[in-house]
Amino acid sequence: MTHSTAHEAAPLDASQDVRVRFPQDRTCPYHPPAGYAPLREQRPLARVTLYDGRPVWLVTGHATARALLADPRLSADRTRPDFPMLNARIATVRRRRRFPLLGVDDPEHRTQRRMLLAHFTLKRATALRPRIQETVDRLLDRMAAAGSPVDLVSAYALPLPSTVICALLGVPYADHEFFEEQSRRLLRGPAAADVEDARDRLDAYLGALIDRKREEPGEGILDELVAERLESGEIDREDLVSLSVLLLIAGHETTANMLSLGTFTLLRNPARLAELRADPGLVPAAVEELLRFLSIVDGLTRVATEDVEAAGETIRAGEGVVFSNAVVNRDADAFPGGDSLDWHRSARGHLAFGFGIHQCLGQNLARAELEIALRSLLERFPGLRLAAPLEEIPHKPGDTIQGMVELPVAW
Amino acid sequence: MTNEGTLHVSIDHDVCIGAGQCALTAPRVFTQDDEGYGTVLPGRRDGGGDPLVREAARACPVGAVAVRGVPGGDAG
Repeated sequence: MTHSTAHEAAPLDASQDVRVRFPQDRTCPYHPPAGYAPLREQRPLARVTLYDGRPVWLVTGHATARALLADPRLSADRTRPDFPMLNARIATVRRRRRFPLLGVDDPEHRTQRRMLLAHFTLKRATALRPRIQETVDRLLDRMAAAGSPVDLVSAYALPLPSTVICALLGVPYADHEFFEEQSRRLLRGPAAADVEDARDRLDAYLGALIDRKREEPGEGILDELVAERLESGEIDREDLVSLSVLLLIAGHETTANMLSLGTFTLLRNPARLAELRADPGLVPAAVEELLRFLSIVDGLTRVATEDVEAAGETIRAGEGVVFSNAVVNRDADAFPGGDSLDWHRSARGHLAFGFGIHQCLGQNLARAELEIALRSLLERFPGLRLAAPLEEIPHKPGDTIQGMVELPVAW
Repeated sequence: MTNEGTLHVSIDHDVCIGAGQCALTAPRVFTQDDEGYGTVLPGRRDGGGDPLVREAARACPVGAVAVRGVPGGDAG
């Protein structure tokens, strides 16, 4: 496959480049793919090849990632023709659609983020804790009543964040099977047609919900956006629908994957699990360390809008830049011994939520959910264990958010 | 702490994105206002002797938190 001359003229096409593919599937679901080993030797910048043969820069060093993610010369605008795509599925959809918040630059991004900020503060997340705990307790009661074994993904990891984000946004949880299924297709296809169709269905569903909220306002974030931002013309209906799709999916997929993969990781690291059971006060630190260690969103994408000097290299205008959080968050300069789990390290500097203006809006909510969910799960089931042989427990492919497809557990 | 009274802590509100990292890292010095933007708690512009203030500045994803030593102070 050939590329534009802009790419061919760039040093990225030098024949001596190491052409490691990005992304790759993980072998062990909680470690970076074995195939990234050469990339881990090339800190802080490596070169990789995307699915379509396009060479891009891969940021592998922590300090360089911090600097570049905060650099306004790298654009997040997914409608730019030179924007790098990590797989064919998202390429078809994202080039065609506006992608609010995550996929726009300032000043537009700032305007959109400002509309949502007040709902995602630390204080709001703290205020939501009792409601999160109620949901957690109810789900754990149901699991206990069903009896082991259960699939932890469908019984706990997914319904918790789904319930929380629905209540927060004002989306009826009764429709969860619909949007969880569409969300799965949107993120994992398998075909590009699935992604398109899923996005069409989610747009139609949330569009209808928004229209209904104009007539009968409720109490969610979407209701407030309709009443205060849509009616005033600050945002148009199309962007509000896209923003709603993003909030709904980001609000449940990420946390669900952290919960399933986090639990799997604990069960596979019994010494760390025992330490956590012995001192539940370590849970907030463990959540932070798991966020770092698992880096479930691996591969943030940007394109340079002008030449940028970084780590002695020149990233040329038009070149793609991809950030491998899984590699960055194990940079030994930032996290000594980073290939091991350690509840006592200072993990807070991880970039699992990104960095720069696009840093995760929902991170405080995510931390609250993960802390409560993990602590309560361990308390309720002291004998929690995997209920299937390792090779029969499927995890997600490398080109989407990392996590477990299913997680059979017993107690 | 020995450096009490030697710092000046501020947040550039034109840069802040309301990620809440300052309030998460050093809750005795920072909070978020009703709109979600980071702000220094009343009476804490000097950092209140909190050793986490510099960590909070480093945690800010957009570099909106500035911690400056007041001339004559020992915190540099």
